[in-house]
Amino acid sequence: MQYFLRRLAVFPLVMLGVSVFVFVAIRLVPGDAITAMLGTEGGMLTPAQREALAAYFGLDQNWAVQYLRWLGGLLTGDLGISVTYGQPVLDIILERFPLTLQLALMSMVVALAIGLPAGVFAATRAERPSDLIVRIFAMVGQSMPNFVVALLAIYILSVGFGVLPTMGRFIPFTQDPLGNLAQMILPAIALGTAFAAAVTRISRAAMLEILSEDYVRTARSQGFSQSYVIWRHALPNALIPVLTLSGVEFGYLLGGAVIVEQIFALPGLGRVVLDAILQRDYALVQGVVLFIAFNFLLVNLLVDLAYAAIDPRIRYGGRK
Amino acid sequence: MSVLSALMRHSAGRIGLVIIVIFTIAAILGLLGLTPHDPLAQDRLARLQPPGGAYLMGTDLFGRDILSRLMVGIGQSFVVALLSVGLATLVGTILGLTAAWFGGLWDGVAMRTMDVLLAFPAILLALLIVAILEAGMTTSIIAIAVVYTPIFTRVARGPALSLKTRSFVDAARTFGSSRLYILSRHLLGNLVAPLTVQVTLALAWALLTEAALSFLGLGTQPPNPSLGLMLSDSRNLMEMAPWMLIFPAAVIMLAVLGFNLLGDALRDIADPKSRRALT
Repeated sequence: MQYFLRRLAVFPLVMLGVSVFVFVAIRLVPGDAITAMLGTEGGMLTPAQREALAAYFGLDQNWAVQYLRWLGGLLTGDLGISVTYGQPVLDIILERFPLTLQLALMSMVVALAIGLPAGVFAATRAERPSDLIVRIFAMVGQSMPNFVVALLAIYILSVGFGVLPTMGRFIPFTQDPLGNLAQMILPAIALGTAFAAAVTRISRAAMLEILSEDYVRTARSQGFSQSYVIWRHALPNALIPVLTLSGVEFGYLLGGAVIVEQIFALPGLGRVVLDAILQRDYALVQGVVLFIAFNFLLVNLLVDLAYAAIDPRIRYGGRK
Repeated sequence: MSVLSALMRHSAGRIGLVIIVIFTIAAILGLLGLTPHDPLAQDRLARLQPPGGAYLMGTDLFGRDILSRLMVGIGQSFVVALLSVGLATLVGTILGLTAAWFGGLWDGVAMRTMDVLLAFPAILLALLIVAILEAGMTTSIIAIAVVYTPIFTRVARGPALSLKTRSFVDAARTFGSSRLYILSRHLLGNLVAPLTVQVTLALAWALLTEAALSFLGLGTQPPNPSLGLMLSDSRNLMEMAPWMLIFPAAVIMLAVLGFNLLGDALRDIADPKSRRALT
């Protein structure tokens, strides 16, 4: 119980640190905020207009006051207004996030569906040729950047099968579920490949270790079949490191979405943050980065709590 | 030397080492300008040439030699990766060692700061830094260094904490060794193995991050060649000129693979217990 409480108490503190970091980072941008906000149009302002704007946005106050105001806004869901969209930042995030989340979840499904069976298969055939082949694939897969997988997949599809993935027009799931999945599967594979390779390696390593444990050998010596021992005893234990990895990997999926969404022209959060950086739309950059960091931390918190619940050693042990 | 011979006996390590040596030679030649053609020169009569003839790996839309551009691109990528990982190792190790040694408030401040940095997905943190600074090679180096510093801080702090309480450190202290001497000689000396493994793996990630940044147009700026930019250029031409896609893709993949293989092999050598499990 103490572990849960400590973990829950640390979460808002790290989140507070993240907000300070993002706040300070954006203020380190060269040039004043008004110019940053308005771009070239900022040059057309008279000094009086400039001061009025600065006062309006609270920029005439010192950083501490500005930060507290901004933080107060954050807590009530006010992330500011995007200059390029002319909309509240929160609205843009909520509109675009479902796509990125779907992409991340689909990639995770792809990774687990390939990685777990492959890892278990390799572990049960350790040091045999089939194990070696799986390991080579995993090693190569882990070295493939998602954009390389994406481009190669598009190339193979277009040249080998004469089809091009639907790009440019996004089909929402609610409108046409099948069309949506057909459109999302390639991006999900591109994003999930390296993750699948990592899952393969981790689950293989975990399985190997568990298969050499005493209780597994005992179970087998009692006459339980190999597959019973694997499914009943070994796999549940091997899932713990996979779960941890998935939590960490979720952040990479959200980050990797920036590139994959760009390649496949998907209007998700990754595209928004990239455009915002190129357009120097700082309120939007700030909002999206905070939002993604928040989700990443939240998922890792849930993973930590989940495996504390599974594994009593963590709950009672002195793990920090 | 013993590490090198151990690497050569390790099958994956041997492959990794060979890949990295070949790429390093290509990178050095590229940086020295010893490429078959001028990587920026445009040959308008030889646009989109397939591989073969005067242009071993073909040419791009402007008739520039792909092989020469790849060599310079690898050179740039390696420079960014080495400098950023070097910077991250230096800062991270100092932070981790001092955090472990002094403990207390400094430990708390340093480690909580690292927690905050770790709360961002790597590419997003790099993008945030690029958004603040001007896109380019120096910014890429700084961004990638910031992203990977927390990892080195943790790698250094963990073992340093346990080494600190070992008797040889106490012995050194009773002999009157200075703090700096103990930190650098005894603690750092024992951290070389775990740090080497981490550096090698981080080089692989740094290559990936650099390629990703330049792919997005936020790393090396055109017309300078970089692996990410070359891939990005291939996007609309891949059906007509697949060599523009295949060669840069293979180079990035092999370079990352090389460092990954090398890192895993080094980990096996440093810690034989993990040998069976992780290769």
